Amino acid sequence: MSAAYPRLSSAAREELRRRLLGLIEGHRVVIFSKSYCPHSARVKELFSSLGVDCNILELDQVDDGASVQEVLSEITNQRTVPSIFVNKVHVGGCDRTFQAHQSGVLQKLLQEDPTYDYDLIVIGGGSGGLSCAQEAAALGRRVMVLDLVVPSPQGTSWGVAGTCVNVGCVPKKLMHQAALLGQALTDSRKFGWECSQQVKHNWETMTEAIQKHVGSLNRSYQRALREKAVAYVNSYGEFVEHHKIKATNGKGQETYYTAAKFVIATGERPRYLGIQGDKEYCITSDDLFSLPYCPGATLVVGASSVALECAGFLAGLGLEVTVMVSSQLLRGFDQEMAEKVASSMQQLGVRFLRKFVPLQQLEKGSPGKLKVVAKSTEGTEMIEGLYNTVLLAIGRDSCTKKIGLEKIGVKVNEKTGKIPVNDVEQSSVPYVYAVGDVVEGQTELTPVAVQAGRLLARRLFGGRLEKVTGTVQLVQKLSSLYKEEPVKRRSPWTPTLASLLQVYHTLFWPLEWTVACRDSNTCYAKIICSKLDNDRVIGFHVLGPKAGEITQGFAAAMKCGLTKQLLDDTIGIHPTCAQVFTTLETTKSSGLDITQKGC
Amino acid sequence: MGCSKSKEARVAERQADGKRGRGGRRAAKDHLFSPTSPENSTGSASTALTGPSAQLQAWIDSHSEVTLSKSTCKRYTEVKKLFKSISVPYFLLELDQAENGRGLEGALCELTLKTDVPVVFVKRRQLGGHGPTLKAYQEGRLQNLLKMNGPGDLPESYDYDLIIVGGGSGGLAAAKEAAKYDKKVMVLDFVTPTPLGTRWGLGGTCVNVGCIPKKLMHQAALLGQALRDSRNYGWNVEEIVKHDWERMTEAVQNHIGSLNWGYRVALREKKVTYENAYGQFVGPHRIKATNNKGKEKIYSAERFLIATGERPRYLGIPGDKEYCISSDDLFSLPYCPGKTLVVGASYVALECAGFLAGIGLDVTVMVRSILLRGFDQDMANKIGEHMEEHGIKFIRQFVPIKVEQIEAGTPGRLRVVAKSTDSDITIEGEYNTVLLAIGRDACTREIGLENVGVKLNEQTGKIPVTDEEQTSVPYIYAIGDVLEGKLELTPVAIQAGRLLVRRLYGSSTVKCDYENVPTTVFTPLEYGACGLSEEKAVEKFGEENIEVYHSHFWPLEWTIPSRDNNKCYAKIVCNIKDSERVVGFHVLGPNAGEVTQGFAAALKCGLTKDQLDGTIGIHPVCAEVFTTLSVTKRSGENILQTGCG
Repeated sequence: MSAAYPRLSSAAREELRRRLLGLIEGHRVVIFSKSYCPHSARVKELFSSLGVDCNILELDQVDDGASVQEVLSEITNQRTVPSIFVNKVHVGGCDRTFQAHQSGVLQKLLQEDPTYDYDLIVIGGGSGGLSCAQEAAALGRRVMVLDLVVPSPQGTSWGVAGTCVNVGCVPKKLMHQAALLGQALTDSRKFGWECSQQVKHNWETMTEAIQKHVGSLNRSYQRALREKAVAYVNSYGEFVEHHKIKATNGKGQETYYTAAKFVIATGERPRYLGIQGDKEYCITSDDLFSLPYCPGATLVVGASSVALECAGFLAGLGLEVTVMVSSQLLRGFDQEMAEKVASSMQQLGVRFLRKFVPLQQLEKGSPGKLKVVAKSTEGTEMIEGLYNTVLLAIGRDSCTKKIGLEKIGVKVNEKTGKIPVNDVEQSSVPYVYAVGDVVEGQTELTPVAVQAGRLLARRLFGGRLEKVTGTVQLVQKLSSLYKEEPVKRRSPWTPTLASLLQVYHTLFWPLEWTVACRDSNTCYAKIICSKLDNDRVIGFHVLGPKAGEITQGFAAAMKCGLTKQLLDDTIGIHPTCAQVFTTLETTKSSGLDITQKGC
Repeated sequence: MGCSKSKEARVAERQADGKRGRGGRRAAKDHLFSPTSPENSTGSASTALTGPSAQLQAWIDSHSEVTLSKSTCKRYTEVKKLFKSISVPYFLLELDQAENGRGLEGALCELTLKTDVPVVFVKRRQLGGHGPTLKAYQEGRLQNLLKMNGPGDLPESYDYDLIIVGGGSGGLAAAKEAAKYDKKVMVLDFVTPTPLGTRWGLGGTCVNVGCIPKKLMHQAALLGQALRDSRNYGWNVEEIVKHDWERMTEAVQNHIGSLNWGYRVALREKKVTYENAYGQFVGPHRIKATNNKGKEKIYSAERFLIATGERPRYLGIPGDKEYCISSDDLFSLPYCPGKTLVVGASYVALECAGFLAGIGLDVTVMVRSILLRGFDQDMANKIGEHMEEHGIKFIRQFVPIKVEQIEAGTPGRLRVVAKSTDSDITIEGEYNTVLLAIGRDACTREIGLENVGVKLNEQTGKIPVTDEEQTSVPYIYAIGDVLEGKLELTPVAIQAGRLLVRRLYGSSTVKCDYENVPTTVFTPLEYGACGLSEEKAVEKFGEENIEVYHSHFWPLEWTIPSRDNNKCYAKIVCNIKDSERVVGFHVLGPNAGEVTQGFAAALKCGLTKDQLDGTIGIHPVCAEVFTTLSVTKRSGENILQTGCG
């Protein structure tokens, strides 16, 4: 066998791909095999023992065998033979086929009635699920989306499109913007605008405006689904048996649907503390953005990005805000940046209670007030505080427990509730896939889910070939009040590798802030370069206004192999914040002063 | 200390420069009457060996000082005395004593168009008669001329390693960088007041009358928008908020003052000599510095850097310098300009019009032909449309021909008469302020470049340089806006200055890359660009070989106030033949500069459409639109946004 496979033109490759998909779709069982392969032989024996006719393609006996293998591996991400398809579903190789046989999945697959109600049912109508459904529909498939929001303990629920649009990115950024505008009002006086000193904020006006926008987004998503002929059913989906799902609507009516393939995109919901009174009295980010009254003095419990973002904009709207943190801030992010975020929030009046957790007592104090008792994580110290609102932002749990996964044998990580998938988003059950926040090890970001959903649909139903894998550059963005910190990581490293890294950094002062005379030397730029790899930029961090806008382009540059030299050769745009990255000179190891004096 | 090294460098330079150097001159000394000199550039000597013209030319060419006189002339004795007193060897020809006196006199007359004597030539240059010669001596020009061209004429040692003419962004960056190499550096910076008397401190255009005040005033306008938006976000701001021009300019000027001060401190710390004086070349390696009291000093340096930048152009019509202001005046104008006519369609014109309208003024822009020449015209027109929608009036295809004052005041009232560019129609309008922003001229005409022979583009006044920023005179360099065919941007000047100094004094060989320079225009709808415009790309690669991807987008922050949907626009231009490499990047929208910078780095890294598609977006920001561009312009598909993606 020659090592190099023949180079196919993209047209020829597409043609071959179509041929293979035709083969797979047109037969009950297809085995891609090599005549000398013992594993292939075992599989063939298995099927003949089951009395099933197989369509077998021996790759070593056809002229374009190597090309077939190449294209096949693109479809399945499995490079080896045998490769088995049963009723259009890729079961896997020899081992997986035998496992499927033992668990009964194979028999189930073989019994498949090919006349399912749908080609694809997507469970969960969030960013990932909808992008997958729409793409599949655009490729001519019959697609259904099941989406039902279980109300929060406080009774909050919302429309189509999931967390990002309803209780995530969108309302969060809008409230962040409201806080920024509060700062703009203060700044505007310095720039000659004669607005009054004391401008009050009206919570109801803001949330109403935001909810109106969210509502218009819900409607536009529904319209898009209709236009693409995706069946949208506002019901809760739960697997009842293989290829069959029960859909329960808000009135408790149950309907059953079948489909050839399923995508789980149910996402996550906020976690509760599990202490007395938490569900009765506390709110979460699910409730905050449509809260009908101003939350007043607020305790935010947690140190996740959600916690700090909410604390930031609440403080920016003029509320008294306290953040209770059990251990680390922004776990998983660059810790230097995380601490800088916290200290800038402190400057804005946010109070931090570090190393404390709420105790088993949370009670309604005097009307409209909550008494929170917290205990030190390091000692026996106890503190007590009175707040109007307690916002929990201690983490999120996947919605995988009550959707009948156990009925069809989809494996779930018991501890985290996340679904492990292979690198083509396939779960342990071949015809069930998962995208978005429910996927184990996946970055929980909207654009990641959107990209994954879209590419999955293309892989399943034809179209361009791509996959979202571990090599995807992760771009995370965190905005707290006035401060945004996006963190970009490529690979984690251990301290012993530190000597192979060069860190360049500097503080900077946005021009717009100079006249307003605020926050000199709080904005911070940092890049991490690998000395072994030509000073390639492997980490990019910025703390300052418009951090997301700044980071996006550099993310693309890192995708193209940005090095320190190329960064230095890039000419800055004056006067912007982003230009600071083109003139980074001070290394962290030099210990030189990075405070800015001039401009 | 640094001098020993610089002397070596100087020797090398002389050798490289040997053509004009010693060889010819030494030879000429021994053959006083040799009519052919290797450096002869007039060509007349080659015509005949014996003619009086040739003979005269030969003398002039071969002696550093030639005086033609008559023995009877009284005035000559004074000139003679002068040359003796400064102990300069001189060559005297007394016409009335010479063999062919009449012929020579005739030839002299032909050459100088003068009949009286004495006539003094210094270094082949006709200095003139008795009066001009003495004056030249008093001014030091004579001494400098005598020392020009040739090793014997050079100063023994230089006052400085590097003298930089112009203390703007480029000049200062170069100065600070040179100081890092322990070089003795001087910066000459002097702001000639505008016709209305505005002047400013150290730091050049960008800091004083450019980028910095412009962006701050743009920010003031943005904050005006923020005030309006904030009501939708629940802030109880009063319905009508007035703007106070004086308070804004004071705040802006205070900031600028602190920057001016910061620059001076930085120069002091780096031991760079700063003189607030006007620099003019007077001879090789020599410059005259004139301060605001008219006091003159001469400094010598091994190398010079011209970084004098540009100043606004005037119309050259009646009333323009008396009554109009330019961007040089606007940012420190002590009173609110009121109803303003902006003349021009440069980015300066549109930016100023934008922020003046943004703080609530009545603004009209008079445009001769197209908006933002040199920028992508698709984008330029979108900017124009947006400005019109936001209440800025445009008068197209008209040019002012007269500006008259109706009433003096702060502001006063002016009448502007303008004429159509394609007919005889004239129109009249009344404004409080007329702001000219029709272009800028390089400050190269009055810095004595002719005295040292630095070549200029006569038409534009710009200085052509090599790719190492060297002018036609090897020891004189130039950076920044004075350069011919280069971009007029602060960071370009800074980069060029730094890299130049590193090449001169460090061991660097890195040259300034003027390709893919990103820029941004702070119009109300900001514009960020990097690489080629669509027109340029079509011209360079052919229309069939480029693919343009584009999309409108609606910044999330603008949805709540529900404004400007389908105004923001993203466009990339790809070269199909080169794996869809991105050769042009254009964005219209808030924070366009911040968005563009990173993509500029990506273009530097050879970004392709595939790589762009493979980049995961950051949600929800404007910049993420570039990671999901799917509609080609060719397809003509709808790019209006109806919802959020």
